[in-house]
Amino acid sequence: MKLKKVISAALVAAMAMTFMAGCGDSDNAGNGNASGSDTQAASGNENASGSGDTFRIGGIGPITGGAAVYGIAVKNGAELAVKEINEAGGINGAQIDFNFQDDEHDAEKAVNAYNTLKDWDVQAILGAVTSAPCVAVGEVSKDDNIFMLTPSGTAVECVKYENAFRVCFSDPMQGLESAKYIGEHNLATKVAAIYDSSDVYSSGIYEAFVKEAANQNFEVVAAEAFTAESKTDFSVQLQKAKDAGAELVFLPFYYSEASLVLKQAAGMNYSPIFFGCDGMDGILAVKGFDAALADNLIFLSPFTPTSDDEMIQKFVTDYEAAYGETPNQFAADAYDGIYAIKAAIEAGNVTPDLSASDVCDALKTAMTQITIDGVTAKGLTWEASGEPSKEPMVVKIANGNYAVVEDDAAAESVEDNAATENGEDAE
Amino acid sequence: MRRMKKINKTTKSNLITYAIVIALFAAVQILTSAGAISSLLQGLLVPLCAYIILAVSLNLTVGILGELSLGHAGFMCVGAFTSAFFSKCTAELIPVAGVRYLFALLIGAAAAGLCGILVGIPALRLKGDYLAIVTLAFGEIIKNVVNILFIGRDSEGFHFSTKDSLSLGLLPDGEVIVNGPQGITGTPKDSTFTVGVILILVTLFIVLNLIHSRSGRAIMAIRDNRIAAESIGINVTKYKLMAFSISAALAGVGGVIYAHNLATLTAQPKNFGYNMSIMILVFVVLGGIGNIRGSILAAIVLTLLPELLRGLSDYRMLIYAVVLIAMMLFNWSPKAIEWRERHSAKFKRKKQKEV
Repeated sequence: MKLKKVISAALVAAMAMTFMAGCGDSDNAGNGNASGSDTQAASGNENASGSGDTFRIGGIGPITGGAAVYGIAVKNGAELAVKEINEAGGINGAQIDFNFQDDEHDAEKAVNAYNTLKDWDVQAILGAVTSAPCVAVGEVSKDDNIFMLTPSGTAVECVKYENAFRVCFSDPMQGLESAKYIGEHNLATKVAAIYDSSDVYSSGIYEAFVKEAANQNFEVVAAEAFTAESKTDFSVQLQKAKDAGAELVFLPFYYSEASLVLKQAAGMNYSPIFFGCDGMDGILAVKGFDAALADNLIFLSPFTPTSDDEMIQKFVTDYEAAYGETPNQFAADAYDGIYAIKAAIEAGNVTPDLSASDVCDALKTAMTQITIDGVTAKGLTWEASGEPSKEPMVVKIANGNYAVVEDDAAAESVEDNAATENGEDAE
Repeated sequence: MRRMKKINKTTKSNLITYAIVIALFAAVQILTSAGAISSLLQGLLVPLCAYIILAVSLNLTVGILGELSLGHAGFMCVGAFTSAFFSKCTAELIPVAGVRYLFALLIGAAAAGLCGILVGIPALRLKGDYLAIVTLAFGEIIKNVVNILFIGRDSEGFHFSTKDSLSLGLLPDGEVIVNGPQGITGTPKDSTFTVGVILILVTLFIVLNLIHSRSGRAIMAIRDNRIAAESIGINVTKYKLMAFSISAALAGVGGVIYAHNLATLTAQPKNFGYNMSIMILVFVVLGGIGNIRGSILAAIVLTLLPELLRGLSDYRMLIYAVVLIAMMLFNWSPKAIEWRERHSAKFKRKKQKEV
């Protein structure tokens, strides 16, 4: 009986090893990563002397499972930036090795991914992509003093420690900005909010929104929750918002559910102003969605692929050429994240032969000194707390296109548009 | 004389099981101090302990009691959340990690055991596969209850809500401890590998002694033939409930280890839902129903496998599934068993000849 187990265990181990040895090289050769067998060999060693001439940057995010779409976008965006930097001669002449590990959107797996990167002698980490894994990784990376920059971990705790920074806005920040924007531009007096109570991102924004709403000149007349298990039918929530006479409905969640909300609202002849957050970006690309329904939808976003900005145009074109799809904000955050790490490495005079802890100490200070012009913001700077300081862009959909609302004057014209439903360019 | 020998046989078998665990522990400790273990493996050690305890405890229900439980992750969830809540609340009150952790373990196990009794009382009175249905529902209910639960604390005491953290009405000095779907953040990291191994040994001690006790024989008699067991005066419900609640309490211990190893604890379908229950059941089935050593081994192999396959990146999960099927066939298909027996017989004969 015992023999059986031993044999089966040995066979599985043998099988696993053969696969690793066999596929490691071919799999990673394309993007210049260290191969799988290197990862094993480097375990336990101090800085391997052979790899002293490249910067090793790791990434953590879900590339399998339900949240895979975010992780893959981050991976692609980061790899695009790494490729560009390497082609332009690297950072201070040193190339970047980028190694992205899967965390399946699970805190435990994220720590495993982090440890895998540690075995690879990682010097800086871009990740984790989603909030809960990011908090778990933050807790262990603090002990090891390894620098981490999360492209899209929005929960407050993600940047709790001083080795952690983020590219995106935090959840409360988005809720606060949304409420301020609605209040300052007098978009409505009665507001309803629909949110996903099972989602950290959505409920985080919602709570900050309601808190700030108390200071603004509008009233939250209905707050309706849904969960991940019931995110296909919103008629109850919409009916309640309609009965309460809400002129504006706040939708702090992702575009896939928002497209259903818009469709169902149109079906019941309810047409308030819809207001969303950065998760709304991408709604026009939903298959089978009538873009006309999204007309006059307003949302805060750090990134719009249709912007006229030269840098964004280049990023979008390159990304589309490489991966065959339009980049979303996750890809843009990751792209900026890699450039931020590059800028910090240059500002901190970091050399590739330093240990991860020394790199972290240097990057921690350098991050607060750099200013980068990225695709998600111009003049992006960081505070020591880890929060980025950038202004959210307000985007309005008109005639089936995203349009950036730049300033107050333009915002005024948004209101006019909302009233007359003329939908012309905000500029 | 014959009786002595018989007792020695079970004791010997038990001792071998303990020895395997201790030997593995010693090997890992030596390798760690020699610096030969990667950080990945080091990070996996504590979760491994939790999964081994879960697999062994589920084997008590599935293998010894002969009832199917599909909600083992639910009991784990109860243990994890009650203990994490306790540790978070008393982090300042009891600064000594060891004492706090001991209380957390007791609370987690007691809460999970209590849930086991509550679920078991109605379900275990019935004949048939009702326990599977009830535990399946229990696991999902617990996950959803935790996801709407908001608990905060301020100078006035505890506040509860099932709506959102704003309606807790906390004073400015208050803090939210259980934050609905965002779970508990900042649980002290008290689980260590050594404590985990001690808990595995305690679990094994409880389970193995139960199996070989008078109660254990009664439980197995119910499994083998309920009518016959009833006819000789065994209280069927009592013994079923005993095995099931012990199994649930031990799952709670697994949850405590899990919760005190990560800084964030959220009840996702992935870690406390149906998937996890099935995952633990896979450990048990693959290791052999009723075979405690098999459960330990299967839990180790199946937890390590997806991590060791990381080098394959995109194909990782695909290969994992294929390996799982291959292992299942190799272990349990009649032809494979026959082939193995033939070869191991040859091996044994050769050995005997040499002797």
